[in-house]
Amino acid sequence: MFDHPRAALPAGPGVGYKPQHLAAILADPAPMQWLEIHAENYMGAGGRPLAQLRHLAERFPVSVHGVGLSIGGEAALDADHLARLRHLCGWLAPASFSEHLAWSTHDGAYLNDLLPVPYTTATQARVCDHIDQVQEVLGRRMLLENPSTYLTFTESHLAEVDFLAGIARRTGCGLLLDVNNVHVSAINQGSDAQAYIDAFPLDLVGEVHLGGHEADLGDHGAALLIDSHAAAVADPVWALFAAVIARAGALPTLIEWDNDLPDWPVLAAEARRAAAVLEGVA
Amino acid sequence: MTQAAFAAALLDPDLAVPDGLTDPQGRAAALRFGVYRNNVVSSLTKVLEAGFPVVRALVGDGFFAAMAGAFLRRHPPTSRILMLYGDEFPAFVQRFPPVSHLGYLPDVARLELALRQSYHAADGVPLSADMLTPDRLLTARLHFAPALRLVTSDWPVWSIWAAHMRGGLMPTAMQGESVVILRPGYDPDPRPLAPACVPVLAALLATEPLESALDHAGEGFDLTDFLALLLGGGAITGLAP
Repeated sequence: MFDHPRAALPAGPGVGYKPQHLAAILADPAPMQWLEIHAENYMGAGGRPLAQLRHLAERFPVSVHGVGLSIGGEAALDADHLARLRHLCGWLAPASFSEHLAWSTHDGAYLNDLLPVPYTTATQARVCDHIDQVQEVLGRRMLLENPSTYLTFTESHLAEVDFLAGIARRTGCGLLLDVNNVHVSAINQGSDAQAYIDAFPLDLVGEVHLGGHEADLGDHGAALLIDSHAAAVADPVWALFAAVIARAGALPTLIEWDNDLPDWPVLAAEARRAAAVLEGVA
Repeated sequence: MTQAAFAAALLDPDLAVPDGLTDPQGRAAALRFGVYRNNVVSSLTKVLEAGFPVVRALVGDGFFAAMAGAFLRRHPPTSRILMLYGDEFPAFVQRFPPVSHLGYLPDVARLELALRQSYHAADGVPLSADMLTPDRLLTARLHFAPALRLVTSDWPVWSIWAAHMRGGLMPTAMQGESVVILRPGYDPDPRPLAPACVPVLAALLATEPLESALDHAGEGFDLTDFLALLLGGGAITGLAP
């Protein structure tokens, strides 16, 4: 049903789609130019979710964002899940497909969180094998997203940027730069977010994510930021985003808000703020 | 540090944080590991809260969260498609000692699970009434829409569900009720099903032809009303000889 050639994501603001916003989006989507869905929410057999997605896909470019592939898992990728992704990407022909540098399954259990991996050459090789397999099965290039991290692995011996860049170089995948994750991880790891951005291979970035976080108190009295996707984008994240766009030029940029959902005008205002940066008038 | 050790400690708060996970200064990081523990439990609890709102209302928010926590540690999802997570929840509730005095609770959970399954079921193309001539109909096996569900119970599950979701009083008499879930469009439409109709629908769902299914009809069964209910709900999608 979608036999036209696949369009790229526009280098403007997109919004993470939630069914609660359907009527508002259809009435006035501005300034949203595209939307992103979580792949696993559209793997049911039928009903309203798929009907809504078919309808929206006729009007907006769609980015499919997987949350359950467990690319960082020690085990082999789940063939059934890959087949479901291929089916979804087949009929929907999305403008982009992305997944996380994380694992979420173990021994048949799906743990429903993006769990961290150590930055070692062994992990890197395993992730590369998995990405090669994903790109082969889907017949397209995928984007890999940088994580938000809370823990440090004593066995890690590569910097996160080098770990990601190496994977992209070896597999040909692109990168999804989540600027909120950069900020959250930098605070949690006691590192420099701007230095991370300066080192990041922005030429490989196909999409940017902007989401909200919450401040908590961690071990030994240190600040700990939680990647909650339940709040507005914070000012330090906007500043990092401006630095990214100043260097890379305009990129498809998603406002990500998954929990404690606000009404549509709040998301539209966040998207407008992103649009202003992308248009270089902020 | 293996993912097996990480996963085990995630689901068992009595286990220590696995070796090799620290804060940036190399010190113990129990609170940091706790972020992942909390994410797993709270996100899956939210899925169960959204899927079983009447069970939750019946036992209270705090108790439901504790029961959900016990369930998800024993039965973590086996699929990444969480829209259908909880198919073992009714049986778990049935065996959960603290609610053994609430005999109706597992069947209310079954009804809520069936509603969710109906919502996500494949779309069916319903037959119209004029395709159902009496002579064809009697000898045919009926094909039903994938979204159709029949929930039978020895408890007043319909009245309990309706009291919470549609407003009304909790039933005082504890006689059994059955519910048929139709989905004429995209919204599951649960209806109480008269006891006379239940064995007929059950036989049809077991692919008996209508003629022999009617042998199971209870007293007061009305074929016209029964077919009108199914056709009105878009439940019949085909006839096979």
